[in-house]
Amino acid sequence: MRYLPLTPEDRTAMLSRIGAQSVDDFYQDVPAAARLDGQIIGLPDHQGELAVERHLSELATQNRTAGNGPFFVGCGAYKHHVPASVDMIIQRSEFLTTYTPYQPEIAQGTLQTLFEFQTQVAAMTAMDVANASMYDGSTACAEAAVMACRATRRKKVVLSGGVHPHYAAATKLLCEAQGIEVVQLPPAIDGELELVNHVDDDLACVIGQSPNVFGTVTDMSAVAEAAHAKKALFVSVFTEAVSLGLVTPPGEMGADIAVGEGQSIGNSLNFGGPYVGLFACTQKLVRQMPGRLCGQTVDADGARGFVLTLSTREQHIRRDKATSNICTNSGLCALAFTAHMTLLGGKGLEELAVLNHEMACDLADSLAEVPGVEILTPRYFNEFAFRTQVDAEAVLAMLGERGVLGGVRASRLLPCGSMGDVIIAAATECTTQDDIAAYAQALKEIV
Amino acid sequence: MTTYYTEDHEWIMVDGETGTVGITAYATEQLGDVVYVEAPEDGSFGKGDDMAVVESTKAASDVYAPVSGEIVDRNLLLIAEDEGGQGKPETVNQDPHGQGWFCKIKLSDKSELDGLMDADAYKTFCEGL
Amino acid sequence: MGMQTVGRPSSPTSSASEAVTTVSGSRGLLQHEDLIFEIGAPDKTGVDLPVARGTKDRLGGVTRKVATGLPGLSEPEAVRHYMRLSQRNYAIDLGLFPLGSCTMKHNPRLNEKVARLPGFADIHPLQPQNTVQGALKLIDELATWLKTLTGMPAVAMSPKAGAHGELCGMLAIRQALIARGEADVRTRVLVPASAHGTNPATAIQCGFVVDEIKADARGRVDMDDLREKLSETGDIAGIMLTNPNTCGLFETDIKTIADLIHEAGGYFYCDGANFNAIVGRVRPGDLGVDAMHINLHKTFSTPHGGGGPGSGPTVLSQALAPFAPVPFVIEDEDGFHLVEDIEGQGAKAFGRMVAFHGQMGMFVRALAYMLSHGADGLKQVAEDAVLNANYVQARMKDVMSPAFDGYCMHEALFSDAFTADGIETIDIAKALIDEGYHPMTMYFPLVVHGAMLIEPTETESKQELDRFCDALSNIAVKAAAGDEALKGAPYTAPKRRLDETLAARKPVLKWSPPPPEAIAAE
Repeated sequence: MRYLPLTPEDRTAMLSRIGAQSVDDFYQDVPAAARLDGQIIGLPDHQGELAVERHLSELATQNRTAGNGPFFVGCGAYKHHVPASVDMIIQRSEFLTTYTPYQPEIAQGTLQTLFEFQTQVAAMTAMDVANASMYDGSTACAEAAVMACRATRRKKVVLSGGVHPHYAAATKLLCEAQGIEVVQLPPAIDGELELVNHVDDDLACVIGQSPNVFGTVTDMSAVAEAAHAKKALFVSVFTEAVSLGLVTPPGEMGADIAVGEGQSIGNSLNFGGPYVGLFACTQKLVRQMPGRLCGQTVDADGARGFVLTLSTREQHIRRDKATSNICTNSGLCALAFTAHMTLLGGKGLEELAVLNHEMACDLADSLAEVPGVEILTPRYFNEFAFRTQVDAEAVLAMLGERGVLGGVRASRLLPCGSMGDVIIAAATECTTQDDIAAYAQALKEIV
Repeated sequence: MTTYYTEDHEWIMVDGETGTVGITAYATEQLGDVVYVEAPEDGSFGKGDDMAVVESTKAASDVYAPVSGEIVDRNLLLIAEDEGGQGKPETVNQDPHGQGWFCKIKLSDKSELDGLMDADAYKTFCEGL
Repeated sequence: MGMQTVGRPSSPTSSASEAVTTVSGSRGLLQHEDLIFEIGAPDKTGVDLPVARGTKDRLGGVTRKVATGLPGLSEPEAVRHYMRLSQRNYAIDLGLFPLGSCTMKHNPRLNEKVARLPGFADIHPLQPQNTVQGALKLIDELATWLKTLTGMPAVAMSPKAGAHGELCGMLAIRQALIARGEADVRTRVLVPASAHGTNPATAIQCGFVVDEIKADARGRVDMDDLREKLSETGDIAGIMLTNPNTCGLFETDIKTIADLIHEAGGYFYCDGANFNAIVGRVRPGDLGVDAMHINLHKTFSTPHGGGGPGSGPTVLSQALAPFAPVPFVIEDEDGFHLVEDIEGQGAKAFGRMVAFHGQMGMFVRALAYMLSHGADGLKQVAEDAVLNANYVQARMKDVMSPAFDGYCMHEALFSDAFTADGIETIDIAKALIDEGYHPMTMYFPLVVHGAMLIEPTETESKQELDRFCDALSNIAVKAAAGDEALKGAPYTAPKRRLDETLAARKPVLKWSPPPPEAIAAE
């Protein structure tokens, strides 16, 4: 066994030092009925690298990759180019195989990158402070709702009809388990401002999204004002982090909490995970935040250093009064995010955002020329919804047969499969003019 | 003015109908460096309710109301600056029985004081821990 | 002779040993590195992008007003920045990582390689399902391994980490109680005092109240206390128990505990953080467990990455299986399908915990690990892990204070009883850093004074364990003798002890530009 260093001689010598006859002695506390003396049945024995790699490669080839042809699928995860150096950095053993930096003297590498990550996320979202990451955007959204209830001592949350339905579901689940009332407005392509009409004195927070799941960008300042007038909070959600380079960020709209998905920067699609949740808020709310926070301090020699701080909010100290049960988060994905952002810089992010926007505009213009296609999203960044005369599932299947992965049907995400003819399509810097032409041509043949 | 003590290491100094509440020197020694204090601006508490929170780098502890009453003041010296205070929680370590008080309450039932310890009884109590 | 006298000295010419102060702030290979905000510039970039035409605008004026102001770095500068920072980290690839309850074992590189195959890394969670059959098959295969190893009939794959898996299990219990019409009355969850902090935090997140049960003198659940807590019937939702427990001991009465909880009408949640001790030797399903999360980043060796990503699939008993969250994978004659909605086949599901389908990148790595070990190898994993821990306990028991008598499972627990007055657990832990090791878990579990919890894992050789025990013995002897020098450790780490009090009292959570007067003064 290539991963097990002990030799049979070692085992014998160690047992003798311990004074045990065999390893069975160590399992004497296991009830006899639950002891497996032989081997678990139904599973194969060990295999070499070649055999394992062969098997997994076979499974991998049964999937159509995003890079292998025209690809327009988005809705919360986006195909972007990740610089080669980012993957090299996160594969450094010192980052890849280290633990949560609870021992700051020998974890300054991780801690300093987290401090840089927090600074970048705060700047990108235009918020005061950011934490050291959450699992992903959807769980960050759920935690934001619960945090708003804690901060306001109220128990009601309203979600717009444009919040990603998976985010809404995760939020609803966590809130309802804690006796928090959740009001979800009906799906709406351009309905974020409708939140203004749903603030009352019992409200903990309103949750809106821009760009929303249909791609619509909205200045939600009016929502923030309405919420604040009732001493409620405004939670601003995004699923496409690249949009922060161009689109009004949460802080500029008066958000109290900003949450979103960071996958687009530095991280692969990975069939849905691991991703990296971004979580930022105002200074006033920092002690209500879930998750880990890295802070600056000095060491015994007076030199600058970094430590995990305000950890009394967390489960390992606060236990049943913790702000969240989160422990392990997305450290390595946060490293990928911050390394990619360091390569981009603020200007690079803006340029990348402009490219994405331009590609989406080109895509929309090309699709709009196809007879029967109606673009539905009024203002968008790199993603928009459109409708044809045909059922969206059938359209996407026929596009797939022509090698085009044309987007996500709204009915896959929405409750009760509504908006059956609506497709949501995304373009990024990876999209080419040829991809766009192929999409338009295929669509013309179908509808 | 008389000071009373609880088994949970709170003290209350009573002056007429008002009592000033804090935590004892013994408690601060156990907690270590105090880094954050959360004390209520207003509200009513029953005897033994969670009233305030004191955080050190190693623990977060609830401070229980020694007796029932209504909050009339809190010590802004201890409260974090971004929460409207002066951000000096270390005062709890430096002067736990004086400048490091947490809040003042208007007592709703002075008879509850009978169940608390005086300074000598508390000293004996701590020696037995 | 033609004497050539030009050349360099070939042996050391001075034995001076005082510390060198350098202009750069570096110490040889340990190079000084500032924050990117101090070394980068807004005009620098490490990415060459095509130039946009900038002719189309569909944003409707919803645009960013103030630039982020974030600096960039060229690729050589960025690579160096992260390489230099990496040198300040301890890592499992550098040495033994004896963190109890964390299972820091070797991370095979094959797993990294296969997880990066484009067929896994470059597929989108919302692609049409007929284009991702290999991915769905992989999830199904991993699920089969997990179910077989645990002897449980179902597994929810979507939880993102251990604590998220706990949430999954407790929400399943809540949903089962709702289905029984008893959710309003059954609100009490029993949690041992020795539990991980995530357990009580999770129970509260699910709307339950936590009732703490005591540990007995053997480090196990106090059965008298448990029976008393169960005597008030009708309000018990369940128990959350780690097994082997956080003292590194197998809960001897586990089957009785399971029976008592079930008789009281509650469910048994098992925290699977310590599954490494029993994988292949004991199936939790045979112990009466109703739900258990499995940390793929512990037992199945997906890398910890400095704090994640993790993955916490949660196995469920027959009683809880119907309430498993969406999405889940099913197979029929047309292939594999995802059930994504809370209708049809997902009608009984307690809901959706997360966007998409879970930590695919971790699934690939964990399956590669399982296939590599096989059923025979996994059993050997548990046995070697337990053997290594008992070896450390045996070697250290004369100079340290074992918290409990008898053999341990995969981790050895010591109290601080052997230390002289004034020397604390943290001093021993920090002294280990100077010896080239990561500290053990300290001050946990809470039920043991000054606890030191050591989990060596199965991927350490006997030679490495001996070196570690030699180093730890030396420190322990000094601690018993009251050696004040321990209080200053570490001396040779990239940083000395850090002022955590300052960090917490005056939180500085991001970099800010120095104030203008500071710049002017330079």
